[in-house]
Amino acid sequence: MIRDLLTRAGSHLDHFLMGMLMFTLLIGLFVLYSASGQSFDKVGSQLVNILAAFAVLWVAANIPPQHLERIAVPLYILGLILLIGVTLFGEVSHGARRWLSLGVGRVQPSELMRIAVPMLLAWYFARREASLRLLDYAVGALLLAVPVALIVKQPDLGTAILIASSGFFVLFFAGLSVRLLLGIALTGGALAPVLWSFMHDYQRKRIEILFDPYQDPLGAGYHTIQASIALGSGGIAGKGWLHGTQAQLDFLPERTTDFIFAVFGEEFGLLGILLLLVLFGLIIARGLVIASEAQNTFCRLLAGSITLTFFTYVFVNIGMVSGILPVVGVPLPLISYGGTSLVTLMLGFGILMSIQTHKKLMTS
Amino acid sequence: MPPRTEFKNYQHEQYHFRWRLGFAAVLALICFGVLAARFAYLQVLRYDYYQTIAESNRISLVPIVPNRGLILDRNGVLLAHNFFVYTLEVTPSKTNNLEQTINEVGKLVEITELDRKRFKKLREQGHSFESVPLRTHLTEVEAARFAVNRYRFPGVEIKSRLFRHYPLGSLGAHLMGYIGRINDSDMKSLEAADDLSNYKGSDHIGKSGLEEYYEHNLHGITGFQQVEIDADGHAVRVLSSTPPVPGDNLILSIDSKLQDIAEKAFGEYRGALVAINPTNGEVLAFVSQPSYDPNLFVDGIDAENWKILNDSLDKPLINRPLRGIYPPGSTFKPFVAMAGLEAGVRTPPFSISDPGYYALPGSTHHYRDWKPGGHGQVDIRRAITISCDTFFYGLAMDLGIERLASFVSHFGFGKKSGIDIHGEIPGLLATPDWKWKRWKQKWYAGETVITGIGQGYTLVTPMQLAQATAMLANNGVAMRPHLVTSIQESGSGVSRPMPISSVDHIALKPENTTLVKLGMMDVTRPGGTAASVGAGSSYLIAAKTGTAQVVGFKQNEKYNAKNVDERHRDHALFIAYAPAEDPKIAVAVIVENGGHGGSVAGPIARKVMDYYLLGKVALPPIPVVTPAPPPAAPAITEEPLND
Repeated sequence: MIRDLLTRAGSHLDHFLMGMLMFTLLIGLFVLYSASGQSFDKVGSQLVNILAAFAVLWVAANIPPQHLERIAVPLYILGLILLIGVTLFGEVSHGARRWLSLGVGRVQPSELMRIAVPMLLAWYFARREASLRLLDYAVGALLLAVPVALIVKQPDLGTAILIASSGFFVLFFAGLSVRLLLGIALTGGALAPVLWSFMHDYQRKRIEILFDPYQDPLGAGYHTIQASIALGSGGIAGKGWLHGTQAQLDFLPERTTDFIFAVFGEEFGLLGILLLLVLFGLIIARGLVIASEAQNTFCRLLAGSITLTFFTYVFVNIGMVSGILPVVGVPLPLISYGGTSLVTLMLGFGILMSIQTHKKLMTS
Repeated sequence: MPPRTEFKNYQHEQYHFRWRLGFAAVLALICFGVLAARFAYLQVLRYDYYQTIAESNRISLVPIVPNRGLILDRNGVLLAHNFFVYTLEVTPSKTNNLEQTINEVGKLVEITELDRKRFKKLREQGHSFESVPLRTHLTEVEAARFAVNRYRFPGVEIKSRLFRHYPLGSLGAHLMGYIGRINDSDMKSLEAADDLSNYKGSDHIGKSGLEEYYEHNLHGITGFQQVEIDADGHAVRVLSSTPPVPGDNLILSIDSKLQDIAEKAFGEYRGALVAINPTNGEVLAFVSQPSYDPNLFVDGIDAENWKILNDSLDKPLINRPLRGIYPPGSTFKPFVAMAGLEAGVRTPPFSISDPGYYALPGSTHHYRDWKPGGHGQVDIRRAITISCDTFFYGLAMDLGIERLASFVSHFGFGKKSGIDIHGEIPGLLATPDWKWKRWKQKWYAGETVITGIGQGYTLVTPMQLAQATAMLANNGVAMRPHLVTSIQESGSGVSRPMPISSVDHIALKPENTTLVKLGMMDVTRPGGTAASVGAGSSYLIAAKTGTAQVVGFKQNEKYNAKNVDERHRDHALFIAYAPAEDPKIAVAVIVENGGHGGSVAGPIARKVMDYYLLGKVALPPIPVVTPAPPPAAPAITEEPLND
């Protein structure tokens, strides 16, 4: 009886993906315990975040993709209105305007857009599929550019990059000409010096410090230097759980959030990192399989975008911590402390599972 | 959903989609490969390097604050220096329980509520691994008492820090300025100037005067030390060190003795004095009285002293030479005379017969001269000597306000002088345009009349008055006024002299300058308005007295100093340069509510010139029989003055 109920409750979950997610989240809890200076409070509250995120995942997995397709447009419009609301009336905290107070509570509309943008673009290209022209890509790019611009203005560069790439992936999978892409990439490369001259001093500095963090060892370069020391001194096998000196002695800044990967790398070494990369790789691989097996254009595009956005997320964070990308505020998915981004992430995985498990219903 | 009729097309699309998925997968794999390679590099190849840094316990970067540059007067007398004091500092991340630690430490060393508040504020601004001062200026006894008990307090240390000190106290406080603790707005401007990392570890920054203007030179470049620290956070070994570059020393044109004589000459009076070398723009004395002790501000002024200074009716905090604005009164006349001569409106031997008043054509209103009954026959030279109002009323009318204002503006009125201190205000050179913009009122002819004798809207700063006098003494060439003559590198001792340059130049006819100068020389001779100032002098002084009204009087009402509240008495003004044949010093003096310029402000200028030119303190002036001191010409217009 109970067994039956469980089977039915789990009927729309992808078991392989669930297993990988849970394993990675578990590793995250252990790292968090160490990074927070062995704080059970922090681990406990992250556990609550995880449970909430799984609830959202379960609900999303049980919504058939057709319904998602139907709410894509209203969701996008709602998100856009809220984003404009943030620009006009948003609350400022830590120098950025990201939150909107709605009387009952606060919302962060940019998080909503992380799902709404790829959904809308997938919906748009699914509709136009039979007669795709270059103009459609231009329209798609515009639908993408508006929310991204609003988020860049907040300013929240990390989220803007993620949303921009999620939208770009939809365009790419919808068949955006490879030659055109190549052309854009080459023009971009040629325009880089021009762009450089238009950049703010602080933006240039971030890029300069990427190449030489010792230019400003106590200021902008501090994060990168301390993270490199943590990672490098971890060696092949790591210093062991709770024994990372950089992490435990307060040298690593933001070590429960954006720089948690440095704690992991210091304590678990290269072997731990490779294991984590394999886990992330498997999650991405599963996502790509789901995308390739999806049965209509909307599902294909959405699944492809969600998976590759997850990859971008991982790559940008780890790249930043290891010092090969500039420092932008992006947490490490499934590992970093924090509820909001975790919920959005799991919502994405829920949609992936829904796409995978509602296939038979759709064809019949 | 698209119709399934295009089945072939659908398959075709899916094929393309899968091809692109594969492409993405390969790209992702390559990216992960790059990451893995990066970690292999960091954790295998560079392991030894990072291992040594982190292994023997944690490298820490400690900023080394550079010594702030000294400020010296022209003879090498120290005006600002630094000295060491013991401070008690706490590194919050290394204490077990911050509150409890502070309470325990408080039993050994006195920690006031103010100290706690400041500590809390500083702590919020920095990293938790940086040490923050809790108490400053520990006595030897307190330092020793804590040192014995130090083992009980991990994360609390005694350090010695450099503090700024102004050994001469209130002497020249307004030109020196002071430093104070870096606050939020300082942080913002440092950030904007991209200079924030150079202030790691620095607590203080120049807030006013030279300390502010030359902050960039005085601060120096912060050094860094990479130190290994043990688990308790104590430095074990220095790994590498970039020494700080100390700030540059400032050598001033000020002579502290002269400054002292000038300040003391004011006695109980409020006012300002600026002395300039006309040939090179060096500022020799810069007085704002009353003064204050800048040492009070260095570590944050306490509320009580602040209230006293800020609420005082004498306004000691105001930088009067640069920010005090006064009607120039009769000291304006030499410049009006120059304007009249250069414009050709008055050409010698032009003279007037002074009836003791001036009336506009077709009006019965009398603009009175200070001397009832008038001065008789007056030419331009005598008009300056005896300060004849009637002469200048008519001259101003014939020139017209536009020509008058435009000419005297070349002497620097209505403009900042450009001295090397921030916060100067430009004063006011009133014109009909200005009045219309400011008050939406038309200009009255009577306002032109009284502008001729330096009354009305026109307002000048003592700095402007001194600079204009220097310019006149220098035959129309203005040198850049400056307080710093050279900047000396602390390390090498190499001095870089500041450039001496002329900033403005009026082409004046030599015969005209000579005439005005002769009038000014006569001022200090018997019969002039400041004969007492020139009495017994071994060198010739060219001067002009002035008296500026503080409150207006009605027609027919007489000014009587005894009946007027002290703060409503006239301001006394005096400008002078000497020796008249070869000017080496130009002085402007304003004594607030001092009464008449010749008798109150003049002797102050004389003392300054005597010391500068003769190297001695002036003897008390010998009383000379002079005409009754002229009161301020009553400034009466058709409309009451706005003030």
